[in-house]
Amino acid sequence: MLRFVLKRILIALPTLLIVSILVFGLQKLLPGDPVLALAGEERDPETLARLRELYRLNDPIWMQYLHWLGDVLKGDLGMSLRTNQPVLVLIAEKLPVTLQLATMSMIFAMVIGIPAGILAATRKNSWIDWICNVVALSGLSIPNFWLGIMLILLVSVNLGWLPASGYESFFVDPVRSLQTMLMPSFVLGTALAATLMRHTRSAMLGVLSSDYIRTARAKGLPGRVVVLGHAFRNAVLPVITLSALLFGELIGGAVLTEQIFTIPGFGKLTVDAVFNRDYAVVQGIVLCIAAGFLVMNLIADILYAVFNPRLRTEL
Amino acid sequence: MKRFPSSRVALTALLLVATGLPAMANELRIGLQDDPDVLDPDQSRTFAGRIVYTAVCDKLVDLSPDVEIIPQLATDWEYSDDATSLVLNLRDDVVFHDGTPFNAEAVIYNINRSLTLPESRRKSELASVDTVTATGPYQVTIALKSPDASLLAQFADRAGMMVSPAAAEEAGADLGNNLVCSGPFTFVERIQQDRIVVEKFADYWNADAIKIDRVVYLPIPDSTVRLANLQSGELDLASRLAPTDIPAIRADADLTEHVVTGLGYGALYMNVANGPRSETPIGQDKRVRQAFSKAIDRAALSQIIYEGTASPGNQAFPPNSPWYNKNFPVEERDVEGAKALLAEAGIDRLEVQLQHPNTPIMSQMMQVVQAMVAEAGFDVRLQALEFATQLAEQSAGNYEVSRTNWSGRADPDGSIHQFVTCEGGINDTGYCNEEVDNLLNAARTLGNPAKRKELYDQATAILIDELPVIYLVHESYITAHDAGVTGFVPYPDGMIRLENVTDAD
Repeated sequence: MLRFVLKRILIALPTLLIVSILVFGLQKLLPGDPVLALAGEERDPETLARLRELYRLNDPIWMQYLHWLGDVLKGDLGMSLRTNQPVLVLIAEKLPVTLQLATMSMIFAMVIGIPAGILAATRKNSWIDWICNVVALSGLSIPNFWLGIMLILLVSVNLGWLPASGYESFFVDPVRSLQTMLMPSFVLGTALAATLMRHTRSAMLGVLSSDYIRTARAKGLPGRVVVLGHAFRNAVLPVITLSALLFGELIGGAVLTEQIFTIPGFGKLTVDAVFNRDYAVVQGIVLCIAAGFLVMNLIADILYAVFNPRLRTEL
Repeated sequence: MKRFPSSRVALTALLLVATGLPAMANELRIGLQDDPDVLDPDQSRTFAGRIVYTAVCDKLVDLSPDVEIIPQLATDWEYSDDATSLVLNLRDDVVFHDGTPFNAEAVIYNINRSLTLPESRRKSELASVDTVTATGPYQVTIALKSPDASLLAQFADRAGMMVSPAAAEEAGADLGNNLVCSGPFTFVERIQQDRIVVEKFADYWNADAIKIDRVVYLPIPDSTVRLANLQSGELDLASRLAPTDIPAIRADADLTEHVVTGLGYGALYMNVANGPRSETPIGQDKRVRQAFSKAIDRAALSQIIYEGTASPGNQAFPPNSPWYNKNFPVEERDVEGAKALLAEAGIDRLEVQLQHPNTPIMSQMMQVVQAMVAEAGFDVRLQALEFATQLAEQSAGNYEVSRTNWSGRADPDGSIHQFVTCEGGINDTGYCNEEVDNLLNAARTLGNPAKRKELYDQATAILIDELPVIYLVHESYITAHDAGVTGFVPYPDGMIRLENVTDAD
């Protein structure tokens, strides 16, 4: 098991390297000058030149990349051009926010999506299946920003139940923290729930029509045991993969949702950094997100083994 | 017997109710459009930052709602006759938040910091300053390299903000992490992209005018969400609301709106001499530019795009500004006149490339302009660009027409000189006219406003004929607050001044 994990981490390192080269190169392909963007209305040539020097923007691209890589290996992700803060600090500030939002959204998604999928599969072509499908389709088709604003207007402005936007750390004020996160994670969660529901349903349908399920039923096992104990355990693998990928995506930042609910997470940080050509910040975030994805994949692989003993020998 | 909910559930419910209530008494919660950058007046660039400074840092001078320069830390001032030196008399009852006394030495320290700190962005604003000397414990004399009548207005903004010399000496370039000034509020804490908290400074020289104990600034980028927070009581006051929010504000009896025309402008930059892309009929022939300008209905733009909140404009200064040249009022749309000018220039139809920022409001506005000028004979190809790209293309001269906003300055020089003089720092059109240069350079040196205005009037007359910049509108600052807030006065610089503002809820 440990060997497996170590092996996976070693394989991950070249992936991270390639990702960082790609992102670095792509950013430099973008038109626009970070120093000019930074200066905004106050374009003092002397200041611009000094900033270019400070951030090595006059060096060839490969030199800039090597410098960045060298610093990263020393544990320094560089400084934000815009706020003069170390990128590591920025990431450390935003990561807990994003993780909390991602976790709560995933909980919503799984609590709604998976049971709905199972229910829809076992009651195929019934009115329950039909309702689940309609709800799932609406979840997928309603844009997050629209649902977000409607929820704010209904829940905050008209009913006054929850704060309209903002963020509070869970460790400072847990109640307010949950209050502020409730609507955004619901908005994100419903969209993901739809995807999860559809996948759970089709995976369950596949398994439910297989021979051993018929055998289990023939043995006279209660329906609940057949569905949850036999069918679901086998159908859950693709759902785990999907959940892991969805969670990885959430870590990448839910830009629009964060914007609407004014959550100081990764999404806004990334978008601002890209628009302002704040290279170091973009690099740092992408590295972090890529690492997050790899970790989620690893967790998915380990969970496979937990749910399906046949895969354990491979670890 | 019925089971009562467990005490834990009850407690949680109570907490939910308690924390769900709006802001506590005497705390003013203000919604900003952006998160400010570094909170050091010498290093910062953002508009949102200036709003926070207004509470934390006093300036040498301030602006009145009519954009007159009025005393703040300096009680009075006098330019020498040739405008080469400026004497400022200072208040003698001011201390910084850390107890350091404010005096002539502190002013000298601050101006030198603005001029010498490597990270300073104030150098060009104070470029005319030669030396600063204390001519009394509460009097400084600033000797200028060249006459500069606009310097005083610089002191009404970040260049005139006084930070504590003791704190600045200790923190150096990191002062922004814990800003120490002498304003009505002291800096308490900041969480990036979340909030900035300031508290009333008990020893403030004008403490009687400050009726609020605590201010929380919350950056909320989406204006609809900012308004929703105001309506739900999370905010007491929201700044920079969108024109599209106006109907919702008016429909809510609890809200009061304030609309004030800003100092800036929205304009089209015409590439007249910035690289090869200027070699087009619209870049080379002023009649074509005049035709383009004539074909635009500015009043309609204000109504359609800005819900009537923007002032139609045709000069660098808004029509309500004392610097506006009244001999050239905003013209009505004249399609026939535009066609005639185009015919005179020997053109039937002309294709023009126009780049603009990719925000909804800019895109809508340029689509309306596209339709308006089409009737006069222009086929406009619109190109929506994101901010950094447009800026780079514009300064490199890679455009024909570019739609840009300028936030404006208190002194007229700041809204015109750097854009249209040959060597101007932000001259992206490449326009160069010796006569305009002479007028605008001379205007800088005059302390007498009436004489200055004559020169700006003459320059405006030339610019409105040659049109390197086609001014369209002057946007307004739209602020709204709930019924509990009283005493708020809107200023054309968009700042939120908290003197005499009270908050009842």
